[in-house]
Formats: sequence, structure tokens, C-alpha cells
Amino acid sequence: MNLAMLLALLTALWFALSWLARLPPGRGREWLAPALFGAGVIGLWEFVVVAWDVPSILLPAPSAVAAALGARWHVLWPDFLQTATGVLAGYLVGCGSGFAVALAADRFGLLKRGLLPLANLAGAVPIVGIAPIMVMWFGFDWQSKAAVAAVVTFFPMLVNTLAGLATVDAMHRDLMRTYAAGHTATLAKLRLPGALPFIFNALKINSTLALIAAIVAEFFGSPIVGLGFRISAEVARMNVDIVWAAITIAALAGSAFYGLVAVLERSLTFWHPSFRK
Amino acid sequence: MTEAAVPLPVLRPPGPLARRLAALWQHAWPVLLVVAIGLLAWYAGAVALNAPQVSERLDGIGDPWGLPELAQGAWAMERPVLPAPHQVALNWWASVFETEITSPRSLVHHAGVTLTATLLGFALGMALGVTLAIGVVHNAVLDRALLPWIIASQTIPILAIAPMVVVVLGSLGYPPLVSKAVISMYLCFFPVAIGMVKGLRSPDPLQRDLMRTYSASGAQTLWKLRLPAALPFLFASAKVAIATSLVGAIVGELPTGAQAGLGARLLSGSYFGQTIQIWSALFMAALLGVALVAAVGLVERLTMRFMGGRA
Repeated sequence: MNLAMLLALLTALWFALSWLARLPPGRGREWLAPALFGAGVIGLWEFVVVAWDVPSILLPAPSAVAAALGARWHVLWPDFLQTATGVLAGYLVGCGSGFAVALAADRFGLLKRGLLPLANLAGAVPIVGIAPIMVMWFGFDWQSKAAVAAVVTFFPMLVNTLAGLATVDAMHRDLMRTYAAGHTATLAKLRLPGALPFIFNALKINSTLALIAAIVAEFFGSPIVGLGFRISAEVARMNVDIVWAAITIAALAGSAFYGLVAVLERSLTFWHPSFRK
Repeated sequence: MTEAAVPLPVLRPPGPLARRLAALWQHAWPVLLVVAIGLLAWYAGAVALNAPQVSERLDGIGDPWGLPELAQGAWAMERPVLPAPHQVALNWWASVFETEITSPRSLVHHAGVTLTATLLGFALGMALGVTLAIGVVHNAVLDRALLPWIIASQTIPILAIAPMVVVVLGSLGYPPLVSKAVISMYLCFFPVAIGMVKGLRSPDPLQRDLMRTYSASGAQTLWKLRLPAALPFLFASAKVAIATSLVGAIVGELPTGAQAGLGARLLSGSYFGQTIQIWSALFMAALLGVALVAAVGLVERLTMRFMGGRA
């Protein structure tokens, strides 16, 4: 009986989606289909959990997660603020220093030739592993999380900024030279604007990386507040619905952070071919 | 006037090997310079960070002491705030080469545990990612409805689910290897799926039209045109994926209460303040990551050569 209903629901969802997929482009097709798909997945999830009586330790129903989100909001909101502080501080420090070092490396070729191979290597290294060391050095509070986030975000920023600064068109550079523009003027008026798409790429990658770094660092030790702490603590108590609620907050925060950077990108690099209409 | 027979120095053009070595040196010396400066800064940092504890101890002894004694003490502490590089190197060497592989103190043993989970998760993630990408490319519904979610999922910290996966799968009776591999799979299938969708769509319309004039079926087009064209994209994603897979395996070892693996090594080091152990496990993890990415790169190069590509 349940199985038949599940199959019926699946078929209905599939037909609705294929109808949406065939709609002419524009008029909301871009977001209608994914929205229906997301709603469908959540609906099926709810149905399966209720119909087969799945134990909530295994998989809580979305309604239970929403209920936990509402009931524990007074706990989860401070958790979010705690984690966000570390993420934001680390993100700013890491991206800022990565950018500054990239400018220095761009000015002094020797530094660039020495640093770039190492920075590329850093992409293969699980840097979040420094979390226990940072927790020892900077204590349990958000400062240690910011330190991990800063180190993790430093290298993508460095590599991307250098790559962006290297993309300058020879013709444009020659033009700047005919204007008798010096290094600083060329950097500020030609090369940095040209590097913006790369810099924003790093900013977007880093928005997720910083959040991951802070949450993982909280697994190694934190005051009794923070999303990572909440997740590991409530998992140990088998309160899986609260864990899912914390994960939901982390996911929403991550998407919002990313979206914010993307909006900023759009307003600053509106001239770039990928945004031109 | 006759020319004096001064023997001119013979300038032979450098041989191919010498030229390659010279080119390599050109690239290597700035890197070595940066590494050397980094090591010097590390030693200096070790003195600065360990100074409070060391000076306290030296004061306790009572003899007058200066910078040499301070440095000597700072570079030889048992539980330093920041161990000196040679301490880490010695610990690494001892736990890799001078310890039985079966012993729980052996880093090779822990690295092996992590490596197994990493590779299993990577294989599962690749399979899932490629399957999903083939589905997205061939089915309009998946393309319109699922692909936006795959892209959006790049923006969320998926690693946060690690403790839950470990505990839930553990309570169902699965061994830690499975839960770690599931986390790794979860992390690496997103980059693979996105890269593969891009790759499978990379053949230009002309080539697809050609396949159509051959009246090739969808499967044939996939097998003979789309998949070969997607390989460079696949390898680019695979390099990202295997690095994240390693991160997933290490983080997946944290909530199990530190039994085995590099993550467990990090955790037990942080419980007992064994900083040298943490650093040497970190060094091992870094080596493992670099080796894994290099291995994918090697497979890429061999494949490309086999396929007659230029790479």
C-alpha cells in the first residue's frame, strides 16, 4: 500500500518535472523546476519516514527537523553567531593576507617563483588538520576557528589573485606604457580590475572553505556554543533532529554567504563577458 | 707578429641532461629559498613560542642563562607549544621507519587506514558523479531540476554531516571504514559531477552532427565521442576530488573516539598535548595528499598518451 503510494508520488513528480522542463525558456523556468524538485524530495522524505516508521535516530522527518529548529532556536542562534564570528574574522584575515602576499609576489618575481609552486601544492594538503594546533594556541573560543579559516582561505586567494594578475592583455599593457603609467597606476587601473573575476572566484570558494574550517575546528574543542560543537554534542546524545537543524542553519548560512559574494561580484564585474547580456 | 698559442678554454655546449638540470634548478632555487626562509622562521617561532616555559625552567635551575640556552631548551622540549622542524622530522622518521607497521604507534599503519577510506570513498564518489553527470546530460528533467541543486550544494559545508554519518552508520553496525568512505564519497561526487557535465557537453555541435550522420546511437555517441572528450575535465575534477576525499576521511575519523587513522592521531595528540605527534601526523597527511594528487596526475598523463593526446 505504502509502496504503491510512493510509486504514484514518484511518477507524479516525474511527470510534473518533465512538463516543467519542456516549458519555453524564461518566465521562471530556471527556478520553477529546481524548486519543485526540492519540494518533491522533502515531501518524499517526509512520506517515507512516516509511512515506514523510520526511527528518528536514523533519519528524522523534515517536519521534525523544522520543529527542532523552532523549539531550539534560542540555542541554535547563539551557535550560529559564535561560528559566524570565527568564520568572518578568519575569512577577512585569510583573504586579505592572501591578497597582500599576492601583490608582493607580483611585484617581486623571485617571491612569486618561490611561492607559487608551494601555494599550488597546498591545494593537495588537508590543511584543516592544523585545527588541533590552533585550538591549543588560540584557545577554545572563536579566535582559534578564525585562525584555521584564515590559513585555509589564504592559499586559494594567493593563487587566484596571481593567476588573475597574469591575465593582462599585452596590448592593454602597452597602452598603459604609452600613457607612461608606472607600476602602481598599471596595477590599480588595469591589472587589478582585470584580475577581479579571479579574485571573486577565490572569494566564493573561500566562503565555503572558511565555514568548513570553522566547523571542523569546533570538533576539536570549543566553548559550549557553536554549530560544530552543537552537531558533535547532539550526535553523541542521539538528538539527530537537532543535528539536522544545525546542519540546515549551516547550509543556509553557507549559501547566503556565497550568494552575498556573488551579488557583490555582479555589481563590481558587470563589464565581464560572463555577465554581459 | 705571431699569435701566441694560448690554449683557449674549451666551451662545450651543455648536454641535454645538463640543460634539463639547469632548467630544473632555475625553477627550484626560488622555492628552496622560500622553504629555507620558512624553516628559519619556524625555528625562530619555536624559540619565541616556547620561551615562557623554557625560561621558567631555566630560572628554576638558577644558573645564569642566555639566548643559546633558551634556544637549546626551546628546540628540545617534550611537549612544546611549537616543536622545532627537526623534532617533527625525527618523530616522523621514527614512527614511519623504526616502528613495526602493525604497532598502533606506526604512522604507516594510520596512514594506511586513512588511505583505504580515501580511496574507497574516491572510487564511490567518482562512480556516483560520473553516473549522475551522464544522467544530467541525457535527461532534460535531471538537467533542469537536479543540476541547480548539485551546483548549489557546492556552497554548503557538507563536512558538517560527518559526525552524524559516523555515529548513525556506526550504530547500524557498519565498520568505521564504511562511514568514512561515505563521507569521502559525499564530498567528492560534487566536483566530479560538475566537471563531468561540463566535459560531456564539451564536444562541439559539428562533432555531434557527424556522429548523427553515422547514425550512431546515444550510447555510441556517449562512448566514442562524449566520454573521451570529457576525460581532461574528469581528471581535473579527480585531482580536486581526491584531495577533498582525504579531508573527508580524516574528518570522519574524529568522532569515532580516535581509534585508528591520521585524524585519530591528530585527535589523540590534541587530547594528550602531544604536539610533536600532531605535527608529524599533519606532515604525513600532507605527504599523502600530495602523493595522491600526483598519482592522479600520473594516470592522467598515461591515459592521455595512450589516447594520443598532446598532454
